[in-house]
Amino acid sequence: MSTFVLLTLTGLGLAALYFLVASGLSLVFGLADVLNFAHGLFLSVGAYATWWAAGHVPGAGPTGFGFVLAAACGVVAGALVAAVVELVLIRPLYSRTIEQVLVTVGLSLAGVALLQATWGADPRPFPRPEWTRNVTGILGAQIPNASLLLILAAAAVLALLLLFLRFTRVGLVIRAGVENREMVTALGIDVRKAFTLVFAIGGAAAALAGALGGVYFGSVSPGQGGSLLIFAFIVVVIGGMGSVVGSAYAAVAVGLLQQFVNYYGTAGLGDICVVALLAIVLLVRPQGIAGRAVTA
Amino acid sequence: MTQAVPLSAEAPPAATPPELGKTPRRPGWRRLLVLGPLVALVVAALLPYLQLPLPGILDGPFNTYGNLQLFATCLVFGGLAASYDLLFGRTGLLSFGHALYFAAGMYGTDVLVTRAHLPLWQAAVFTLVGATILAALLGAIALRTTGIAFAMVTLAFAQVGAILVARDFGGLTGGEEGLPIDGERLPDFLLGVGNTVNLYWLALAYVALVVFVIARVAGSPTGRVLAGLRDDERRVGVLGLDPYRYKLVAFTLAGGLASLGGVVYVLILGGANPHVTSSELTLSLLVMVVLGGPGTRWGPVLGGILYMYLDHRLTSLAADLPGPLGQPLFVLGAIFILAVYFFPGGLASLRGRVALVSAALGRRRKDETVS
Repeated sequence: MSTFVLLTLTGLGLAALYFLVASGLSLVFGLADVLNFAHGLFLSVGAYATWWAAGHVPGAGPTGFGFVLAAACGVVAGALVAAVVELVLIRPLYSRTIEQVLVTVGLSLAGVALLQATWGADPRPFPRPEWTRNVTGILGAQIPNASLLLILAAAAVLALLLLFLRFTRVGLVIRAGVENREMVTALGIDVRKAFTLVFAIGGAAAALAGALGGVYFGSVSPGQGGSLLIFAFIVVVIGGMGSVVGSAYAAVAVGLLQQFVNYYGTAGLGDICVVALLAIVLLVRPQGIAGRAVTA
Repeated sequence: MTQAVPLSAEAPPAATPPELGKTPRRPGWRRLLVLGPLVALVVAALLPYLQLPLPGILDGPFNTYGNLQLFATCLVFGGLAASYDLLFGRTGLLSFGHALYFAAGMYGTDVLVTRAHLPLWQAAVFTLVGATILAALLGAIALRTTGIAFAMVTLAFAQVGAILVARDFGGLTGGEEGLPIDGERLPDFLLGVGNTVNLYWLALAYVALVVFVIARVAGSPTGRVLAGLRDDERRVGVLGLDPYRYKLVAFTLAGGLASLGGVVYVLILGGANPHVTSSELTLSLLVMVVLGGPGTRWGPVLGGILYMYLDHRLTSLAADLPGPLGQPLFVLGAIFILAVYFFPGGLASLRGRVALVSAALGRRRKDETVS
């Protein structure tokens, strides 16, 4: 029983990480049709900014409130980088999908190399608050606090995103834009402002994933974003592009499947099962769990 | 008014002589252009006899073993990029899993030679057939989706390949450390540093074969259907042709050619390396094709050669370059982004652009002489 609880909760922790990366990716894809390969870069930027802020920004530090401040710095950095990328690189190529994908591919290569040139290719030890190194006993299982932190953060982000999409005017524009962008433009609403905002939100969520992923893994390295990105893509496709709720369901399914199969089967088998799940979903229901039309 | 008419009537004969002189020369020049690839092939084949040092471009003369191996690698990636272009540039399929078939060629040959102790030629034939069947099977599944979903499915399949290699199931692949190929099973002329030149020729033969096959396919009715799929898939369907079948043909052929490249590359490298299974390899193939010029005969080959050359060269120059310029991927990624914005046709569009510029200059010169 305790193994089951442990696997469930650590699987949910992994799912939380996937969801934080996938939610922004899904919204960006749903609204702007951009398959964003640079999303992993936003994650790495968030992780490095948090790591840097913990050592350099006054008041920030590796423990307690200092860490919250450092993570906030990381999130702001991720959102800024994402917004700048959208304004400078993506916007001039508006509606030329293949070129946009190519630019984000180039950006993911160059950006990771830039991080590597600045801070080296080796993993750096991440400032972990004292509390996250401990475990909490739940139903007889010893759960790492880092997993619990990830689950709480992802749940909070999910709730905030849903509230934002349901109850604000901009959220309404985004939901309408995912459903039918031409109609929104025809009604005289500048949907490109929403693009920038969605990019910034996605960048912030990915940066938060980077900061908390740093706590979870205990270190930060330039390539970390890229390896998470593939599973985030899978989550987005399974969940249905453009759907935040679909991403959440898919993230939970992928995280739990991976954790359980990797524990009871051979290591690595879980990753293969995830791909098999993707193939089945695509063959049976190509639009994903939630489909493209449903947003929030 | 009466004077102006004879003047303008006289003007054309004055302008014709240079054009008259040009027209008979043109067919001969064109005929040479047809022979161009053959000449290039012969020159490339004779290059290892060249003793000329190329300071700044290469360390030492061309025929040192290090340079020969570098150029063999460049040529293999030139051919690999051309095989990827059959999907991306000629059929319009954005696949992110092309590395899988290249890696299948490498690991298939390596495992059959080193673990199953087959002679090289048998291992190569089995690998080629197996990898082509693999491409046909996975393509049959992946092609049920289109567009971005297709890209994701191919990416995921390639990821399975990467996991299988990295986790070393059954102790076949050597995991993270790769699998050096068993030299005792290889023919003598491929062994040892002294025979690097044979590997160079092998790589050259591979590139020539890929270019030849793709040129033949592109010129055939099938190639025209593939170009039609790239430009407007719905219209091809309306014409009564089955897009799925044609795309599957392109996918299988591209996979088979890529696996052949893997067979050659495992000999050049002397073993298989898990790095070739990564999705980054496919991304760099995309960079090569876009830099070279998608959908052209020579663009992807040149792009692949240039990319690998810059990658190696920048790594060896890294110590002398300041800051991020020491990272080859930073330089290549930045060049790539600039190319997407300002140079969409890649290297292959260079000739057309130069012709445009020189035509504009010539027109201006003519205007100046007239005025």
